[in-house]
Amino acid sequence: MFAYYLQLGIRSLKRNPMLTTLMVMAIGFGVAASMITYSVFRAVSGNPIPDKSSQLFVPQIDSWGPQQNEMGEPPGAFSYIDAMAVIKAHQATRQTLLYPVMLSALPHDANSIPVSVNGYAVTGDFFPMFEVPFQYGNGWSASDDDNRAPDVVLTAEFNQRMFGGANTVGREITLSGHDYRIVGVAKHWDPSPRFYAVWSDSAFQDPPDFYVLLNRALDLKTDSSGRNSCRGNLTFAGWDQWLQSNCVWLMPWVELDTSSDVARYRRFLEGYAADQQHVGRFAWPANVRLRDVMAWLDQMKVVPPESRISMVVASCFFLICLVNTIGLLLAKFMRRAGEIGVRRALGATRHEIYAQYLVEAAAVGLAGGGLGLLLTAVGMSGVGLLFDADIAKLAHLDFSLVGLTLIVAIFATVAAAFYPAWRAAQVQPAWQLKSN
Amino acid sequence: MQIHPIIVALRRHKAGTLLIALQIALTLAIVCNALFIIHQRLSHLSEPSGIDEANLFVVTNLWGEQYSTDEAAAKIQQDLAALRQLPGVDNVTPADSYPLRGGGWDNFITLKPEQVSMTTDASVYTGDEHFLRTLGVKLIAGRDFHADEVQNMGLRQNFVPPVTIISKALADKLYPNGDALGKPFYSMSDKPTTIIGIVERLHRADVSTWSAPYANESLIWPIRMAQPWGVFYIVHTKPGQLDEAMREAPKALYAENRMRMISSKDGVRSFAQIRHLAFESDRGMAVLMSIICVVLLAITGAGIVGLTSFWVGQRRRQIGVRRALGATHRDILHYFLTENFLISLAGVAIGVLLTFGLNLWLVERFEMQFLPLAYVLGGMVILLLLGQGAVFAPALRASRVPPVEATRPA
Repeated sequence: MFAYYLQLGIRSLKRNPMLTTLMVMAIGFGVAASMITYSVFRAVSGNPIPDKSSQLFVPQIDSWGPQQNEMGEPPGAFSYIDAMAVIKAHQATRQTLLYPVMLSALPHDANSIPVSVNGYAVTGDFFPMFEVPFQYGNGWSASDDDNRAPDVVLTAEFNQRMFGGANTVGREITLSGHDYRIVGVAKHWDPSPRFYAVWSDSAFQDPPDFYVLLNRALDLKTDSSGRNSCRGNLTFAGWDQWLQSNCVWLMPWVELDTSSDVARYRRFLEGYAADQQHVGRFAWPANVRLRDVMAWLDQMKVVPPESRISMVVASCFFLICLVNTIGLLLAKFMRRAGEIGVRRALGATRHEIYAQYLVEAAAVGLAGGGLGLLLTAVGMSGVGLLFDADIAKLAHLDFSLVGLTLIVAIFATVAAAFYPAWRAAQVQPAWQLKSN
Repeated sequence: MQIHPIIVALRRHKAGTLLIALQIALTLAIVCNALFIIHQRLSHLSEPSGIDEANLFVVTNLWGEQYSTDEAAAKIQQDLAALRQLPGVDNVTPADSYPLRGGGWDNFITLKPEQVSMTTDASVYTGDEHFLRTLGVKLIAGRDFHADEVQNMGLRQNFVPPVTIISKALADKLYPNGDALGKPFYSMSDKPTTIIGIVERLHRADVSTWSAPYANESLIWPIRMAQPWGVFYIVHTKPGQLDEAMREAPKALYAENRMRMISSKDGVRSFAQIRHLAFESDRGMAVLMSIICVVLLAITGAGIVGLTSFWVGQRRRQIGVRRALGATHRDILHYFLTENFLISLAGVAIGVLLTFGLNLWLVERFEMQFLPLAYVLGGMVILLLLGQGAVFAPALRASRVPPVEATRPA
C-alpha cells in the first residue's frame, strides 16, 4: 500500500511542478539554514569532557568585595595568595592551578630561528583529573610539584614538529632559554570548548604545545600570556609585589567525586573566605561559588551570542517555511477534492486518504531534505564567511548531521501535512460527485 | 470597493487566510529584527578608528630569549632604527597594543583618588613621542609627548606617568564642559595623571560589546613597553609603499637580530587585515541575516502566489458569474488585491506584536538594543508591497476569466 501511495504521490507532485518545486525549495532552504547554524551551535556548546563534567569544579572566592566584583559575582580566577592557600589546603580529591604561557623554542639546529609555542603552566593533578591521554611517559607527581622540578609534558603535535615524533621521555628541551626535562608526551587531546582555560583564553583557539610545571614557571617569572585583572589602586612595582596584589590570573580546578564532597568543599571555601574576613584581608562576608564544567561554560558565556541568535533566526525561518508548506499542501490537496470524492465513493476509507496524503507529503519532505542536504553542504564550505575562523573550522558535515537533516525535513513536512491531509480526508464524496 | 463581501468570502477560506496572515506576521518579525541586526553590525564595520589606516601596518615581534627590562629596551631601540632605515617607512613607534586589536589593556578611571566605583573605563595605549605622528592621530588640543617624558616599563611594573594624552570621547566623559586640558584624573592609583593633550578620535583596542558603553574612550601614556615577551611595532609608510614595506620589515628585523619570532602567518598585518579580523563575526552576522531576509521574502512571496493561484482556480466559476453580471476586469483585479491587502494587514498587525516580542527577547538574552519604530514601519511597508506584488499575477489571471465560465460546470 505504501508503495502505491508513494507512486500516487509522485504522480501528483509531477502534475503541479511549480507548486512542488516551491514546497521542496521552502523545505530545503529552511532545513539547510537550521542545520548550518545548528552545526556551529553544536560545535561551540558541546560538553568537552562528558564523562567527568559533573565532577570537575571551578572554585571562586570574592577577593574584590561587593563594590568591585563583577555585579555580585566573584572574579573568575584566583589571585596568587588565594590560589596558593587553597591548593595547599588539599581539600579536594584532585586539584590544579593553571595559567597560559607563551615561550620560544629553538628547533635543534642552533642557527635556526626560534618559533613561538603556547602552553599552560599546570600542577601534576592536571593530567589525571582531565584524563589527558599519554603517548609516552606520564605527567608528574605531587612531589615534583613540591620540588619545583623543571618538568614539561609535550603534546604529540609539538613532539612531532620538534623531534619527529620520537619517544623523547627523559630528554631535555630548551624553552625561552631554560632547560626542561620531558617527562611525557600527551596524545592528541584538545577538548572543545577548552573549558579549563576559558576565563583567560578563547575557548576555540589552536591546541597547546606543552604543559610546564607551574612552580617552575613561577620561579622563572614566566609571565601569563593570558588575562590579568585587578581592582583598586595598584601599587606593585615588579613581579614579587604583583604576586601579592589583588590581581586575579590563576585558574583553579578541583575534582570532587560525590555530592557530599561538593558540599564539604563549598563549606571549606566559605570557611576560608570567612577566615580572610576575620584576619582583616577581606572587609566583606564570604561570597564563594563552586560551578561544574557545564555551569562554568554557561557562566563564562562560551557560546558566542552570534551563534545563538543565528540559530534562533534560522529556526524561525524554518518555521515560516513550514507554514508556507502547510498552505501550499492545503491548496494542492484541496484541488483534488473531486478525485478524493471518487476514491471515497469507490470504497477508500478516510484513514486511507489520510495515509495517502501523508505519504505524498513525506515524498516532498524527502526531496526537500535532499535539497537541504545539498544546500547544507554548500553552506558548510561557506561557513567561514559567517562565523569567526576559529569557530567555523569546528563545524563540519558528519554522518549524524546528514541523518538529522533528512529526518528533520521529512518529519517537519509530514507534521505540516497533518492538517491539509485531514481536510482532504474530510471531503464528502456525495458533494464532489454531485458537482461533477 | 466593497469590503464586506470580501470578508464574507474569506470566512469560507479560514485556513488559507490564517496561514497567509501567519506567514506574513512571522516574516515581519524576522525581517525587522534581521534588518536591525544587519544595520547594527554594518555600522560596526565602518567605525572610524581615528588613525591613518591606509598607510599603517603592525609587526607582532616576540622575543626569542627572555630579556630583562633594560635589555628589551635596548633591543627595541635597535629595531626602531633598523625599521626607520627602510625606504618605504616614514615613522615607527613601539606599542603594547593598537586600535581594533581586540582585548588589550584597559583601566578604570576615577576623578578622585579614594573613589571606589569607576567614573568610566579607558583603553590604555603606551607610546613614545612618535606615537601620535606614526598613527596619524589628530591632536586637537594641548601638546604631544616630549622624548624625555617617555619611561620604560618592564615586567609587571606598574606606575602612573604624570602626564597623559586622551581621546576627546574620554575628555568629554570626564569633563563635560570641554575644559579637560590641564585637568587631572586617577587611573587605579592614588597618584594623578594630568591631561596634556586631547586627540580627536582614537578607537579602543577592544571591539567586544563590553566596550560599547565606553566607545572611543582611550588614553595614551608616555611609556615604552620593555616586556620580556615582546612588543608591537606600528609602522607608518610613505603613500603607496605599504606592501613593499610589509615585505621588507621582517627581513630587516631578522637581519638585525634573529632571536625573535615574527609569525609568517599573522606576524605582519596591515590595518585593512586588522579591521577585517576585528569585525569578522559582525560581517558574518550581516551576511547571514541578509541571506535569510532575501530568501524569506522570496519564499513568503512565492507562497502567496501559490495560494492565491489556487483560490483563483477554485473560484473561476464565481468570477465568471460576477463578470457576467457586469463586473469589469478592473473590479476583479481590485477584488483580489484588496483581499490580499486585508489579509496582509491582519498579518502585519499580529506581526508587530511578534516583532516586538522577538526584539524584547533578544534585548533580554543578548543585550541588544530596542528596535526603532522606523524598522517596524519599514518592514510593514515591505510586506504589504510584497503581498500586493505577489498577488498581482494571479489577480490579473483572474481578471481575464471570461464571463462564459459562469455557464460551465465547476
